Amino acid sequence: MNIVVCIKQVPDTKDGVRFNPDGTLDRASMLAIMNPDDKAGLEAALRIKDANGAKVTVLTMGIPKAEAVLREALAMGADEAVLITDRCLGGADTWATSSTIAAGLRNLEYDLIITGRQAIDGDTAQVGPQIAEHLGLPVISYAEDIKIEGDSVVVKRQYEDRYHMLKAQMPCLITALSELNEPRYMTPGGIFDAFDKEITVWGRDDLKDLDDANIGLKGSPTKIAKASDKVPKGKGEKVNLDPKEAVEYLMGKFAEKHII
Amino acid sequence: MNLEEYKGVYIYAQQVDNQLSPIAFELIGKARELAAALETEVTAVLLGTGVESLTDELGAYGADKVIVVDDPKLEVYRTEPYAQAMAAVINTYKPEIMLVGATAIGRDLGPTVSARVKTGLTADCTSLEIGDFPLVARPGKEQKHNQLLMTRPAFGGNTIATIACPDNRPQMATVRPGVMQKLPKDTERKAEVIHFNPELKDNNRVVEILDVVKAVGNVENIMDAKVLVSGGRGVGSAENFKQLEELAGCFKGGMVSCSRAVVENGWLPMDYQVGQTGKTVRPQIYFAIGISGAIQHVAGMEESDLIIAINKDEDAPIFEVADYGLVGDWKKIVPQLITAMKEKQNA
Repeated sequence: MNIVVCIKQVPDTKDGVRFNPDGTLDRASMLAIMNPDDKAGLEAALRIKDANGAKVTVLTMGIPKAEAVLREALAMGADEAVLITDRCLGGADTWATSSTIAAGLRNLEYDLIITGRQAIDGDTAQVGPQIAEHLGLPVISYAEDIKIEGDSVVVKRQYEDRYHMLKAQMPCLITALSELNEPRYMTPGGIFDAFDKEITVWGRDDLKDLDDANIGLKGSPTKIAKASDKVPKGKGEKVNLDPKEAVEYLMGKFAEKHII
Repeated sequence: MNLEEYKGVYIYAQQVDNQLSPIAFELIGKARELAAALETEVTAVLLGTGVESLTDELGAYGADKVIVVDDPKLEVYRTEPYAQAMAAVINTYKPEIMLVGATAIGRDLGPTVSARVKTGLTADCTSLEIGDFPLVARPGKEQKHNQLLMTRPAFGGNTIATIACPDNRPQMATVRPGVMQKLPKDTERKAEVIHFNPELKDNNRVVEILDVVKAVGNVENIMDAKVLVSGGRGVGSAENFKQLEELAGCFKGGMVSCSRAVVENGWLPMDYQVGQTGKTVRPQIYFAIGISGAIQHVAGMEESDLIIAINKDEDAPIFEVADYGLVGDWKKIVPQLITAMKEKQNA
């Protein structure tokens, strides 16, 4: 069984973000981690490998330094890694990204494709379902649990107030929630091996069935009109009182505002 | 693609168990504004089985037309039959704008449909307006008018981006629930109902539903609460949330909610989570108790009318958004606040 996990290197948004002059994210200057939902997807794939036996390939699209998350995935136990990188692919929106990754996947054998539900930089949750659309695969998003049953996958699909147990024929695509599992750590031996392994690098010319009109900034239907730092809300009052005074203060405010 | 052919503002009228989701009405409310600016109509797209009776409500909340696809394959939400139906509606009726709720359904249906009809999709929008793209005219570059400008938080809520889709139609957006305002219900208003049969096909992409398991009990929705008493990691235990519940009980329409850490610790179920990965709320009063105020949490509550923070750490970021910040131990403050509230009520 072949499983391909699509992972993304994302900026650690805790420290704020920086932009290029064209409004796209300046990824090169920011600290980077493996996107949490993707990591859970990778862990799910590795558990299937542990239980049933499978070849797990990780694939990412990004700048050359995105290789770091592939090394991390190899150190966790992935078997092979592919980096899709090319200047002409930069600035892609979800349509162009999913078109490009789908083209990369056409070069690989897969029974199951796992992506994270969403990345913590864009938070769109679009690329997974859109890859499935380009490849004509069944898709189940928001997976809380994944089980292999013969040539099918049984998935617990999360909704706001319920879950559905769904069964899809492989090949298919699943998007994973970080609640799915607790990803394993890299092992020292794994880290050692990971740096010996060859990472396959594909540029634009290695991707077949991909129209230039569908890649990069130019091939993106959505265009950024404006990007800006968030304007913070005006600051309110902050008081440091003993509990009794604090309650009196608050009750006074409630009376002022006609809440009580 | 002849962009001129695409007309009208469409919304996906999400229903679950043949009940319209609140987002359907919120989208109509926003769509009316956009349609007024474009001098066009608002059409709701209703997909399901036996959903005809819901069309009246969509009309009452402001839809001019309702396109109904009624098919046994649409009884319970599944990506493929719903995407087939929606793509067929778009290809047949050619909307200029298509709005979908950023719900667990919409965030699956939206991307699938946008890829199928080959257009852009902007996720989780918090503001929508009609304007020019580029915003400012540049020499040698065409400036398009009457474009949908879609604004959304990105990068963990650190920034906001405004996005346009100038060369493809429909201009599609998913919209965060709880952000747009629905219009008052007017039962005199009637929508024109159009039945459409897209002849849904079975294919390898249709998944099988083995089971549907609903959350036990009647979960109240924190998005409907007038007052939220929200607790974070600093509350310390599931047991301690009883005190927060007692405080919530002092206010009409009061409920308890929480931050992500609380859900991760298993103190409260995910239905109560406020924030980027939880729900967006805008109650009249929001108490943030023992919540540090990570940007992901703030993104889900900063529109509340009045924010009161109680935290031991005087440098906690929650104080940046709080109207009234109390530096101190909630375990000492909250019980006294409960007593004071009860005394007032009994006075």
